[in-house]
Amino acid sequence: MPSATPITLSARNLSRRFGGREVIHNVSLELGRGEVLGLLGHNGAGKSTTLQMLTGALTPHSGEVSICGFDLASQPKEAKARIGFLPETPPLYKDMSVDSYLQFAAKLRSIPQNRIATALAETKRRCGLQDAGKKIIATLSKGYQQRVGIAQAIIHEPEVIILDEPTVGLDPSQIRDIRTLIRELGNAHSVILSTHLLGEVENICNRVEIMHFGRLIYGDSSARMQQYQHQPGFIVSLLSPPEISELQALDGVLEVEPLSATQFRILHRDGANPGAALLELAAQRGWRAEQLVPLQSSLEDVFVKITEAQ
Amino acid sequence: MILTIAFKELRSLLAAPSTWLVLAVLQFILAWFFLARLDAFLQMQPQLAQLANAPGATQAIVVPLFAAAALFMMLLIPVFTMRMISEERRNQTMTLLATAPVSSMQIVLGKFSGLLLFLLPMVLICLLMGLTLDAGTQLDKGLLLANTLGLLLLAASYAALGLYISSLTAQPAMAAIAALAALFGLWLVEASATDNDNAWRMIAPTSHFENLNVGLLNSGDVAYFVLFCAFFLLLAARRLDNNRIYG
Repeated sequence: MPSATPITLSARNLSRRFGGREVIHNVSLELGRGEVLGLLGHNGAGKSTTLQMLTGALTPHSGEVSICGFDLASQPKEAKARIGFLPETPPLYKDMSVDSYLQFAAKLRSIPQNRIATALAETKRRCGLQDAGKKIIATLSKGYQQRVGIAQAIIHEPEVIILDEPTVGLDPSQIRDIRTLIRELGNAHSVILSTHLLGEVENICNRVEIMHFGRLIYGDSSARMQQYQHQPGFIVSLLSPPEISELQALDGVLEVEPLSATQFRILHRDGANPGAALLELAAQRGWRAEQLVPLQSSLEDVFVKITEAQ
Repeated sequence: MILTIAFKELRSLLAAPSTWLVLAVLQFILAWFFLARLDAFLQMQPQLAQLANAPGATQAIVVPLFAAAALFMMLLIPVFTMRMISEERRNQTMTLLATAPVSSMQIVLGKFSGLLLFLLPMVLICLLMGLTLDAGTQLDKGLLLANTLGLLLLAASYAALGLYISSLTAQPAMAAIAALAALFGLWLVEASATDNDNAWRMIAPTSHFENLNVGLLNSGDVAYFVLFCAFFLLLAARRLDNNRIYG
């Protein structure tokens, strides 16, 4: 992490037991301003528990959390005033209207009375709730309720925004809106979101932590994660293909695997890309090259690789 | 912050139709009771006039009215306290309060004051019914005010106990039944203590209300109610803290 960005959240050696079973083991996290951190993991890996400990909803059995330099255990008010949290189940009072619920959330976070109206209007605009203000929360659809949950978490412009599976239950266009919103929030604030949707991480997070059975097993930037144990290669389509051995003979090629009559997956050595040579040869010998697509390992593959390695 | 939570609680109590139904039924029963006592008093008046130290209208009508209201409080307050914390735990809305910059004590005090704001009109209605007698007779204002204070303190102590029991469970129905059982148990303790100076009598809120009910305002009784409320509110706040520890 670049040292220039101020650290907004740091957690050291968090552990948590339920009964006799330790579900979180020594989790340490650090987050700088302007970072969007994706917390990945299978169901039951401990993501929600970790997020609850970061926000003070659960007390860790050992370890400490500090938000913008305020210790969550000894200065809870200062620390909590700088957090916005959307839990797995949005904490909505279903019998309230959206406006009065958000006003309550704003007052609870000690926004001065004269700024509540502007904060409310701004938050509703950001979350696309302009027309829903007077509606009773219970009558809203799941997607709108989720938005109210997000609105509640950001109304006081917190330094650290923690979202537990923010896009669950939303339709694709809403998901896109929420992702845009999170990216926008990520510019000025720090955001942690937990998810098991890898596309989400690819889209919006600039850092990834993978959680597996209560431990953080991998942490890196999401671009670097995509390169994890990545085997360079490409898929080439040749409409009148030669013998496989001819392809195999190219410099740098490690393996040629026919995918269909005209498609071949070619893995090559790092730093020796035979693509250009192959295309030249194809033109000379009339193999009728149609397309050449570099292999990209999806985060999904990487995620499976990392969690299975454990 | 306490007021923010208090007004929110008051609003959600008033938003539920069942609240209004219960209030209406309560008011109907109390008014019926009040008028029945008034009627009985008017019929008894010739005989009472012959007594040397006859009970006045306040003593004959208002005192039994407040005693009846105290009994109804015992039955009704668990209904209003049951949802206070347990429903928040069940619907997982407690997270909002737990992660907001407010302490557990502030949450509990907020909910308690919301309840008090709600119970206040119920007590005041009894006072108002008593005051209507002023049109026809000389009222014993001191007795009336002692009763009002007594009923208010009794309601507050029931609310504190109910709030604590509500924090113990995530099932509102369980909270209501347990609170009713606890209040009934305290009442039984008092009822079964034969001796008037029995120490067991002292632990029941009803025995302290009885003093105020007959117009005896002493600081011991008031201190008892204040300590009773403080004790259960502290326990409730501790319980909220423990919820963060035990999950």
